[in-house]
Amino acid sequence: MTDRLEMRAMTKKYGDFTANDKVSFSLAAGEVHAIVGENGAGKTTLMRMLYGMEQPTSGEIVLNGKLVVFRGPEDAIRNGIGMVHQHFMLFGEFSVTENIVIGYEPKQAGFFKRNDANDKVRALSEQYRIPINPQAKVASCSIGEQQRVEILKVLYQGADIIVLDEPTAVLTPLEVRDLLQTIRNLAESGKSVILITHKLQEVMEVADRITVLRGGKVTGTVSRDETNADDLARLMVGRELQELSERIPLEPLPLLQVEKLTVRDKQTLLDQVSFTVHHGEIVGIAGVSGNGQSELLQAISGLRAAQEGTVRLGGKDVTNKSVAIIRDAGLAHIPEDRYLWGTAKLSSVEENALMGYQRKPAYNRRGVVLREKFRQVVKGWVEQFAIKTGSRQLQELAGNLSGGNLQKLIVARELGHETPFLIAAEPTRGVDIGAMEYIHQALIEKRNQGDGILLVSSELSEILALSDRILVMYKGRIAGELSRLEATEEKISVIMAGGSIHGSNQRAI
Amino acid sequence: MELFDWSLLSSTIRMVTPILLAALGGALCARVGIFNVGLEGLVLVGAFSAIVGNHFTGNLFLAVLIAALVSIVFSLLFAYMTIKLRANEIVVGVAINFLALGLTTFALRAIFGVKGAFYDKDMAGLPTVEIPIIHDIPVIGGIVSGHSPLVYFAFLAAILLYVFFYRTVTGFRVLAVGLNPVAARSIGLKVTGLQVLAIVMSGALCGIAGAQLSLGQVTMFTEGMTAGRGFIALVAMMMGQSHPLGILASSFLFGLMDALSIRLQGFSLPTQFTAMLPYVLTIAAMFFLKNKSQIGSNNQQSTR
Repeated sequence: MTDRLEMRAMTKKYGDFTANDKVSFSLAAGEVHAIVGENGAGKTTLMRMLYGMEQPTSGEIVLNGKLVVFRGPEDAIRNGIGMVHQHFMLFGEFSVTENIVIGYEPKQAGFFKRNDANDKVRALSEQYRIPINPQAKVASCSIGEQQRVEILKVLYQGADIIVLDEPTAVLTPLEVRDLLQTIRNLAESGKSVILITHKLQEVMEVADRITVLRGGKVTGTVSRDETNADDLARLMVGRELQELSERIPLEPLPLLQVEKLTVRDKQTLLDQVSFTVHHGEIVGIAGVSGNGQSELLQAISGLRAAQEGTVRLGGKDVTNKSVAIIRDAGLAHIPEDRYLWGTAKLSSVEENALMGYQRKPAYNRRGVVLREKFRQVVKGWVEQFAIKTGSRQLQELAGNLSGGNLQKLIVARELGHETPFLIAAEPTRGVDIGAMEYIHQALIEKRNQGDGILLVSSELSEILALSDRILVMYKGRIAGELSRLEATEEKISVIMAGGSIHGSNQRAI
Repeated sequence: MELFDWSLLSSTIRMVTPILLAALGGALCARVGIFNVGLEGLVLVGAFSAIVGNHFTGNLFLAVLIAALVSIVFSLLFAYMTIKLRANEIVVGVAINFLALGLTTFALRAIFGVKGAFYDKDMAGLPTVEIPIIHDIPVIGGIVSGHSPLVYFAFLAAILLYVFFYRTVTGFRVLAVGLNPVAARSIGLKVTGLQVLAIVMSGALCGIAGAQLSLGQVTMFTEGMTAGRGFIALVAMMMGQSHPLGILASSFLFGLMDALSIRLQGFSLPTQFTAMLPYVLTIAAMFFLKNKSQIGSNNQQSTR
């Protein structure tokens, strides 16, 4: 196997900080090579150097046997390297075709030949077996389709090496499976794929080789056949992963009682949903996103009005009350969209941590916030959760934190409220294995203290690991309930897809 | 004299021209994600430069060209401040408006030595174009034919702009920049260049709008003679959703109001009252615009 790409002893220093320390990496034609590592391990830096967005401090890139230097992304694109960013770079108002050909439009005398473009895109879609509708508006496409548009875009630009940055973070389980299939198809047709991720299950399914980074250094490059997920996790974290604490059985006193909760907005989004969360219980909600989970959480937490039904928290009726009242009644909330609901991007880390605490008597003396006193608490969180805040520490803008670190800040803040009830929506989205382990442990401990948790997650493995009871939502209703003992990934997947059992719903693990 | 007759349409077409041109210019800016409040000022500068050009060259074509060029220079100032210095576009736009008002008033005294208005009876206005054949058709000939060349240019500009946006590659990229500047930059589009291009084209259109005001409808310059038409153009642009054909329709509505307000003066209504008509319509239009303006949604992903 000849190497299509070789990166030799790549080093990148930012001042005293070494983001990449002599990282070497090679990629053969038709190979899927995964790069795994925790947040801040240097995956992104390495790819930014490959894509010309950063200049290496030292090291060299050899492409098809020739030494190359990329001054910018244009150089990389011209040399057949394409990147699918984690946050899509798409124009919602434009059609699929327009998004794919932009920058390299087929034209004649300055006029845009849209029909030619459509034909080319259709041909490309068939060639690589990536189904899309060329004339659909991108804004009306699902996230999975939008990702396919991104992949077709780099193929259209002539990429032989395709970098996928955390591609599955935003996808539903079914879309993930399609994507993994697409990756295999691409490799079979001779393209090389670099997959950046921290989901080891997917890596084991699709990659040929795996390079593990930790603290800016390569801790191992292994072929898939000689490793397993546990070994990879050890290489990533640098130690053995710990088992979660035992669950202490507690007397099931009702804490949150939801009855016939209904939310409508033109159509019925949440339909007569009833369930109870008890003290000392984690109730997991599974479901393909968009089946009413968001509306349910928003209705419970006071972010959205319910048209019918009641919500009782700790015996108190909090239906359609303000967020402040519901929180006082004993709610903490790790919201699903950390940018929309969870943080103010233009405020500092400290101010974001303070949100919700400013009214508490402990940190508020006659309307003046006791910042100095609170700062000690935040410093504790930063240490405890290993939140990397950047050069300005607590004064760093929240928007400058990486997604995983911001998530850790939100989790720390909400756990810090020590309320009897917690809504945890996607609590570990984008965080690395070490932090995920920590957050999971914290949730179990909270449960063992007799608090109740409502967990919503698109990761079935997370739901299965944490929940005492699992509710599956489908089209705004609770379509099934499974106890911890009877739940399996297969059973949940079937109910998630509407209860009909056919081949495509049985996922390989 | 009747309130409504065919000649009202003829004067509507005349009145529509400066609003339409300026609104198209505003749409160009809006489409690259810049809200150009400075239309009023750019038109005013154009109106003045057209008179100056005409006075010193005696050539109407050169006069219109000078009007366009001077407005382009002004729009470059706007571009420099908003794009290069990243100043707030509303503030810069307002500044451009006041600068234009002050500068033209000052230059009026400095160049022509008069206050308030400059009028030269020997100065020729823009000629009218009698379109052959159409001119002889009853009713339609009277409405469509016999306007200044800039009137026809304005309608042509709307169509050309439509073709530019939706048929050419450059126009497609201009739209892309406005929709998502971050994504546009990531695929290597020259975002700044396209923004400047749009602002310069906007300047040229506003300059020509000004020339129509001072040389087409009358042959004189008065201080602040744009009388808010730049702002009305802004409303026409929003009402037309920054779409060239939408703007054509909305500008026509405002042109009709403009023409009506003049007509109403013949009915012994006080001028102060009739002159309010276009502005009353503007306020009424605001009720229907509410969330429809493109600007807000465009800038959500802006990196600023």
